[in-house]
Amino acid sequence: MPSKVEKWKDEVYGNEIREHLMEFAEKGWDAIPEDEHDAWFERFKWWGLYHQRSGQESYFMMRIGTPNGVIKPGQLEVIGEIAKEYATGPVDNPEFGEAYCDWTTRQSIQLHWIKLEDIPEIFEKLEAVGLGTQQACGDSWRNIVGCPVAGKDKHEHVDAWPVAEDLHETFKGNDDYSNLPRKWKVAIAGCDEGCGQGDINDLAFEPAEKDGELGFNVRIGGGLSRKEPRLARDIDVWVPPEQAADVAHGMSSLFRDYGDREDRFNARIKFLMDEWGPEKMRSVLQEEYVDFELPTAGEDMRDQYSYNTGSQDGHNDHVGIHEQKDGNYYIGLNVLVGRMGADDVLELAELADEYGSGEVRLTQRQNIIVTDVPEENLDEFTSEPLLENYSPDPSPFMRGSIACTGTEYCSLSIVETKNRQVRYARWLKDNVELPEDHKDFHIHLSGCTASCAQPQIADVSLRGMKTRKDGEPVEALDIGLGGGLGDDPRFADWVEMRVPADEVPGAIKNLVNNFEDAREGGETFRDFVEDRDEETLAEMVEPEETDYHDPYMHNTKMTWYPYAEDDDMQSSPAPTDGSGEPLPSDD
Amino acid sequence: MTTDVHQLDDGAWISVNDSREVNVSDLWLLARSDFCGCETTDFLAEGFVKVGVDYPDIQARIAGQCIACGESGVTDWLTVGRVVDPNSGEFYGVDHESVHFPEKRTRLAHPEK
Repeated sequence: MPSKVEKWKDEVYGNEIREHLMEFAEKGWDAIPEDEHDAWFERFKWWGLYHQRSGQESYFMMRIGTPNGVIKPGQLEVIGEIAKEYATGPVDNPEFGEAYCDWTTRQSIQLHWIKLEDIPEIFEKLEAVGLGTQQACGDSWRNIVGCPVAGKDKHEHVDAWPVAEDLHETFKGNDDYSNLPRKWKVAIAGCDEGCGQGDINDLAFEPAEKDGELGFNVRIGGGLSRKEPRLARDIDVWVPPEQAADVAHGMSSLFRDYGDREDRFNARIKFLMDEWGPEKMRSVLQEEYVDFELPTAGEDMRDQYSYNTGSQDGHNDHVGIHEQKDGNYYIGLNVLVGRMGADDVLELAELADEYGSGEVRLTQRQNIIVTDVPEENLDEFTSEPLLENYSPDPSPFMRGSIACTGTEYCSLSIVETKNRQVRYARWLKDNVELPEDHKDFHIHLSGCTASCAQPQIADVSLRGMKTRKDGEPVEALDIGLGGGLGDDPRFADWVEMRVPADEVPGAIKNLVNNFEDAREGGETFRDFVEDRDEETLAEMVEPEETDYHDPYMHNTKMTWYPYAEDDDMQSSPAPTDGSGEPLPSDD
Repeated sequence: MTTDVHQLDDGAWISVNDSREVNVSDLWLLARSDFCGCETTDFLAEGFVKVGVDYPDIQARIAGQCIACGESGVTDWLTVGRVVDPNSGEFYGVDHESVHFPEKRTRLAHPEK
């Protein structure tokens, strides 16, 4: 029997949702029939709107999909203006103020506290500069990710940006693919660094050479969610750039037709890959979905991958100053946990215009890159005061931090994340010394098993949990070690469970010290973890209270907003009307 | 009026008649349960896997783990609240901090995924 969500999708889904959304927006929050809330909120996701969690009714998270993370000249300013004007809630965030943008691990943008009534105006402003929210969430082609410096990078063999743009144009708003069984995540990269992160996507195009021609090998079925992480599997297909869209059509059609619509927990293509295996996946694709003979896989470049490999060589991320192939430079700026105040976004838009081409790009490590900066502008640009907070040369603990949305807004999360990770990074920077040869050290904090912060591919993986401390329930984290990508990708081993959140910085400090003492020769952290069993590693993680203070130990999910002075659920102003005034309750 | 129950957002919460009523991340005390070896399971709800109605009870099977011993899995059916009067549709949630007794069931009035 199809799931309830499938029934709602059968009634109204895809492009047609917009008309209803606009009508509701015009009439106001109350116009959505109460007995249709769930159905409409599920559908609104397709237009990038996610109803915020319990206690924040009538407010939405808005996701703007920027393929490959490319924000063209003129767009960043509009994004900053929209954040400043519309993304302000009833209470400020103590770390980030009243309005901010989140750069996500899928090179998208998230704004919070968006009111239904403001959506038409926001859409108009976004679309006027070529931006949009279509299919940013929901059961469809999501934002396409890739090497964030595609077209600029000296390590590039195929310019994947036009291919990504073509896929975006082809599959966004396309009724044939608008109602898939579940989300469909695609990665494409043409560089030899591996920064497309194809291994954790449903469909991945990775650079490969076949008979002297450059194109892409195809992998299928990667993903991290629900304690069921999978690496995408090689289906032995190579495709030239001009036929990437044909294979993408075939694979997403296959998923549309064969994906599980009865059980959403089993719907992602990784589970179909479990069932079929790569040989059957290839043969069904060949026989039923493409009308040309699929070439077998070409010679890939995976042995050159350095991105997020823990190797401490090469290109573990995009932070720093790097020469482009045209002689200009791109400057990767560290944005701690991916959150940037709206005023800072506006200032960066001005700087990108002044010193570069006005273009910026988002990375899958929640950072931002200013591209096309001529060499003669580098000194002046990097001396700008804004770059003190968004540094191209940050501490490894600031640089390596990723955090998901957490209980601040998310229904699924178990713990507070972003503000906590900010505090962790600052404390670690001040109190922990990595070995001198370790410039990259990734710590990813995800509030739950959905794994939006991609914890399984970090050196230190943190995942939301609960425990009891002195008998009282407190927020806690599971600690995993040794994950990463590269030629030999590896998911973290979960070695220490349910560590009270205030003991995690001490645990990381002890772990780093124990690593430094016990490592052999120039052993990297990742190799160190790989060569030791879980018991040995668990002994090296010694949770300990320190002078780190965690203000979010209580059950932040039980609050209407964790940082409100009166955070009791009953004190929530939500739902509110279009001007933010509380609406009368039925009770 | 039929009581409409489903789990949404990857099992993040249970909706009863289009109202968000039960959320993940709470701790539930489970007794006489074979979920783990603990006398009382200190169970963290991480996701609602199945929901159903066994009038007047609203029930769920919940994925999660015992935070005392670390055993993880899916509970048997747990009553998470009641809709006593289907005409009003009003939901009365149980106190998750009190002791609960999961039950194996062969009958489910309105199975939901």
